[in-house]
Amino acid sequence: MAKRIDIGGLTAFYGSHKAIEDISMTVEPRSVTAFIGPSGCGKSTFLRTLNRMHEVTPGGRVEGKVLLDDEDLYGPGVDPVTVRRTIGMVFQRPNPFPTMSIYDNVAAGLRLNGSYKKNQLADVVEKSLRGANLWNEVKDRLNKPGSGLSGGQQQRLCIARAIAVEPQVLLMDEPCSALDPISTLAIEDLIGELKERFTIVIVTHNMQQAARVSDRTAFFNLSAVGKPGRLIEIDETERIFSNPSVQATEDYISGRFG
Amino acid sequence: MTTTDTSVQEHPTPTPPANGTTLRSRSLPRWAPLAFAAVSIALGVGIGSAAGWESRIQWGLVSAILFVAISYAATTAVENERQAKDRLATSLVWVCFLLAIVPLASLIWTTVGRGAEVLDGYFLTHSMAGVLGTEPGGGVYHALIGTLEQVGIATVISAPIGLLTAVYLVEYGKGGLARAVTFFVDVMTGIPSIVAGLFILSIMLMAGLQPSGLMGSLALTILMIPVVVRSTEEMLKLVPNELREASLALGIPKWRTILKVVIPTAIGGITTGVMLAIARIAGETAPIMLLVFGAQLINPNPFEGAQSSLPFYIWEQYRIGSEASYDRAWAAALVLIVFVMLLNLVARGIARWKAPKTGR
Repeated sequence: MAKRIDIGGLTAFYGSHKAIEDISMTVEPRSVTAFIGPSGCGKSTFLRTLNRMHEVTPGGRVEGKVLLDDEDLYGPGVDPVTVRRTIGMVFQRPNPFPTMSIYDNVAAGLRLNGSYKKNQLADVVEKSLRGANLWNEVKDRLNKPGSGLSGGQQQRLCIARAIAVEPQVLLMDEPCSALDPISTLAIEDLIGELKERFTIVIVTHNMQQAARVSDRTAFFNLSAVGKPGRLIEIDETERIFSNPSVQATEDYISGRFG
Repeated sequence: MTTTDTSVQEHPTPTPPANGTTLRSRSLPRWAPLAFAAVSIALGVGIGSAAGWESRIQWGLVSAILFVAISYAATTAVENERQAKDRLATSLVWVCFLLAIVPLASLIWTTVGRGAEVLDGYFLTHSMAGVLGTEPGGGVYHALIGTLEQVGIATVISAPIGLLTAVYLVEYGKGGLARAVTFFVDVMTGIPSIVAGLFILSIMLMAGLQPSGLMGSLALTILMIPVVVRSTEEMLKLVPNELREASLALGIPKWRTILKVVIPTAIGGITTGVMLAIARIAGETAPIMLLVFGAQLINPNPFEGAQSSLPFYIWEQYRIGSEASYDRAWAAALVLIVFVMLLNLVARGIARWKAPKTGR
């Protein structure tokens, strides 16, 4: 199920602007990798290059390699649609489809891909909603619109929608930044459960969150304003937060930044 | 830490000066605007009749000006300058609203009043076959059929073209081609209907075709496409980008994302746009005169032979100039207004029904 990602010398551009430069790292399967760093250092951009969502932005382009179990995502003949089916994504703001019910939202990935058997659909929806710890809250109103749920429930609905297509990897772009502490806790517990089945990469601004949920942490930084973001270091979360090998990481984590 | 705790206020809030200890001030009662209106209308009528003005419009304008002036002056005297300015703005908005509503209300009043005289089941189900223009009788059936068919064909052609053009512009178009398409759509929006009619007429003459409902539809299509493109484009732009990204990130191909996520989200607005475009072309007369020729008989075939249409029928009956034909013209105008109004109601209904749901 879960797959390893090897990134080698990845550079991403918006038009002629270089957003991130020369990033190499390995994301281990069945683990949570957290990306931390100041705003604008390219964490989200880097995350979006991992399932080719970066190129959806006008002018977005990438150099370098992203290997998913030795297969290059940017190799010739690779269909971005297939890549995104394999590597799912959860966004910062909950974005359920407003025209669809809760059930249809979860079923959307399978239905619109055309790859499902009708009698299995209900099972998949239930399994995904259970997987996202949302089943008990919505099982009596599956036909109600998804936009009627609370923010935290909507975000779990989006996670259910993402895991319904059975991806290998789940990318999360600040999934809790728009949520209250209780909903955040629910999502963090969920991440802990999901890592048994998926490889998870999470971008977060909340250092405690990174310390709580992740196995490995990567610290990104800008060398100067207007310069591209770079990977400073990646290590076991415990070591990053107790004894990082780079001074800048320690400064950032302890709040003595700049 | 040397920063002070800013959540605690260091100095007490200064008390207001002693002469303004109360927050209340003298104010006009709530019914004051109504009183101003009554006074100014009375004065307007008085001045108008004293000066012997014939036109009620002059009476109304004088009353309106008096209303604005009286409200301002009275509020300045009783309240204060700021309140007076507020009242001035409010009065101006009301006066403008009434000025805008008067012609509309008068138009509907006259059309309903005069049109209802001959509008009945017979009028709606009979043509002008065998009826002399100067005599009463006859009906609008042939024109109604003509309008429905011509507008229907024009919609069937322009709605898909307009929708697809808008999808191209919003979802795919970049660079020179998209800019060129936008430019030409803007130019097309400004084409007078007679020019669209002449364009199709020149093609018709070159190809040796005969006048028919279809030719009229083609001219209406030219008028309708830019309206559909513009409104659909705006509606598609309103669809949040996050929904597109959410769909793409699920591994859904772009074309299915547009078909199943973007367009359903915007369908209410798109339908409204198409309906308003239909309402716009349903009232066009010039292309029908040139290309459909008009007829007194029922011709249900839009592809062959002359037809009539509601706006053309109105013009035709007005030209005859008899009492009976004027009545028919008014009744047909009422039918046209009701037709357009029904379309608008249907559009609103669809927009409400299809709007993204927020219920819990």
